[in-house]
Amino acid sequence: MPNKRRGNTPPKEVLEELFTTAYRIRNFETEGIKLYRQGLVRGYFHPYLGQEGIATGACTALEERDYIASTHRGHGHCIAQGANVDGMVAELLQKKSGYCKGYGGSMHIADISKNNLGANGIVGASTPLGVGAALANQIRGSDAVTIAFSTDGASNNGTFLESLNLAAIWNLNFILIIENNQYAVSTTLAEATRETELYKRGEAIGVESHRIDGNDSLVVYETVTDAVKKCRSGLGPILIEAVTFRHSGHHVNDPGKYMPEEKLKYYKDRDPVDRARDNFIKMGKASAEEVATIEAKIGSEFEAAVAAAKSADEVSIQEFREFVEGY
Amino acid sequence: MSGRELMYREALREALFEEMARDDEIFIIGEGIAERGGSYKVTEGLLDKYGAARVRDTPISEASMIGVGVGAAIAGGRPIVEILYVDFAMLGMDMIVNQAAKFRLMTGGSGRVPFVLRTQGGTGGGVAAQHSQSLEALFYHIPGLRVVMPSTPVDAKGLLKFALRQPNPVMFLEHKHLYMTKGDVPEGELITEFGVADIKREGSDVTLIAWSNMVPRTLEAAKELADMGISAEVLDPRTLVPLDREAILKSVAKTNRCVIVQEAVRRGGIASDISSIIQEEAFYSLDAPVQIVAGMNTPIPFNLTLEEASVPQKDDVIAAVQSVLHSKAA
Repeated sequence: MPNKRRGNTPPKEVLEELFTTAYRIRNFETEGIKLYRQGLVRGYFHPYLGQEGIATGACTALEERDYIASTHRGHGHCIAQGANVDGMVAELLQKKSGYCKGYGGSMHIADISKNNLGANGIVGASTPLGVGAALANQIRGSDAVTIAFSTDGASNNGTFLESLNLAAIWNLNFILIIENNQYAVSTTLAEATRETELYKRGEAIGVESHRIDGNDSLVVYETVTDAVKKCRSGLGPILIEAVTFRHSGHHVNDPGKYMPEEKLKYYKDRDPVDRARDNFIKMGKASAEEVATIEAKIGSEFEAAVAAAKSADEVSIQEFREFVEGY
Repeated sequence: MSGRELMYREALREALFEEMARDDEIFIIGEGIAERGGSYKVTEGLLDKYGAARVRDTPISEASMIGVGVGAAIAGGRPIVEILYVDFAMLGMDMIVNQAAKFRLMTGGSGRVPFVLRTQGGTGGGVAAQHSQSLEALFYHIPGLRVVMPSTPVDAKGLLKFALRQPNPVMFLEHKHLYMTKGDVPEGELITEFGVADIKREGSDVTLIAWSNMVPRTLEAAKELADMGISAEVLDPRTLVPLDREAILKSVAKTNRCVIVQEAVRRGGIASDISSIIQEEAFYSLDAPVQIVAGMNTPIPFNLTLEEASVPQKDDVIAAVQSVLHSKAA
């Protein structure tokens, strides 16, 4: 995997943010799965475990005015775009205090106030929706950039190329990130397409395209930072294929037995959270104590969110009926 | 009455001109809508007046055009996506059904989709099976969408202007046979709220419910019925979602008889749903069973005689009215 890291050392604050965000996502997923096993979370839960480097690096490169569109595996994007875990845990526990008041759940989680167009249960939907946000921003004269997180699976959906093509002919501030975790549920990328280097699809329609190591949040951060700059100077859209691997099956009830052990080990040895921590310690000269303080804070913030969510109210049937009046 | 007459397509165009002047966030994308002014000339002149940023031609990418409109709406824009034929909107059903219609609920109300999809349907002189459908029932079936089907120039203008000021996804379904029809459209501001039916002709013997291109056809039937001494009331719901149930029930309570006329195929249609509402809520004011005059359960054939036979004609309406009038209540 070409590791196009810049030579210079990034500021400590950036390394700290990358580690903090990656760890917060990791903690949310591991603790969230425990809640699922306890029966507190129902429905689908697609963990972002193993892919944390991508949302972390990409969203850290964005400004407040920028937008994202997420996938069915959307907890990581939501956290990286600035949502707090209180609203997210409450949403998983189907409470009124959740970001979507319990109407959306894991698969539709979104903090709209942070310019997140939401997680989406339809694989591939983020691409046209993200292009739409980029178009609205161009029309209103904003230089805001929109990132659509997509997947290798979604790249075989028709709207993938259609939408990227629209972004290209309109020179939109749009970045399409393919999180290539090498599986569409259980179907390997090699079974799904003859050309497995997906970034080439962008080049085929005149879009600047890159293929990077998605397990290094710093590489993702630097690549997306450059892409954002290019977009703001009128050189968008840009396609980034970030190669990664899930740590488990498609969702919490998929043991992922089809994933070869040696490949899993290869990627676990390149764990994105460990690498963000290493970067923070080695390049950022962070002490073990600093790291421990961050981890402890994130752990207790999650516990507090669970405690608050457990005692929170649910939307009543009466409120629901009023909410959909006129539907 | 101002006495000013406009064609349906001119009324739509006037609504677009006025609303785009009022709100900078409104933009329109579609195939051949900018330079060419659209297949039905509804968008003629918009490019010159509002510029290439807000009036854009697209490649033939319906699924993504619709998706882009939905995404823009979620991000606070005011998109109008023009789809040449409602038949082609089928390529974008995921974005209409799974995205636009559901986003407000899925986000607990914090997200809105002020998105307008303008398209046209219906039979139109031999354009055959893939360019002639009346598909409103598909959208009617999906909670979260608004379904608008104007039959006159004045309604077309007022409803389109309202569509561009309200926060929900709207399927704005025009009819290819109506674009050249004329009607009074008063000068000045004109807003027609959704969910308000219009009585196109008052009558006392029977209520005829029709929308879109079935309205002029039903009015012709009503005129002939009048010559036969039958007073027919013609009610146009104008918007199917929301549906003005009260106006329908009120009219049926007055006439005690009802015929529903729909161009779309009979099976799974909106007429059936309206009929079920009437029998449930106005059963005891009915003197005869509600009759439905609808399209045959068939794709539309190319052959003009067969095309005509597939959708309700004036004489079908007259026959149905005679049938409900001769039906004796117990």
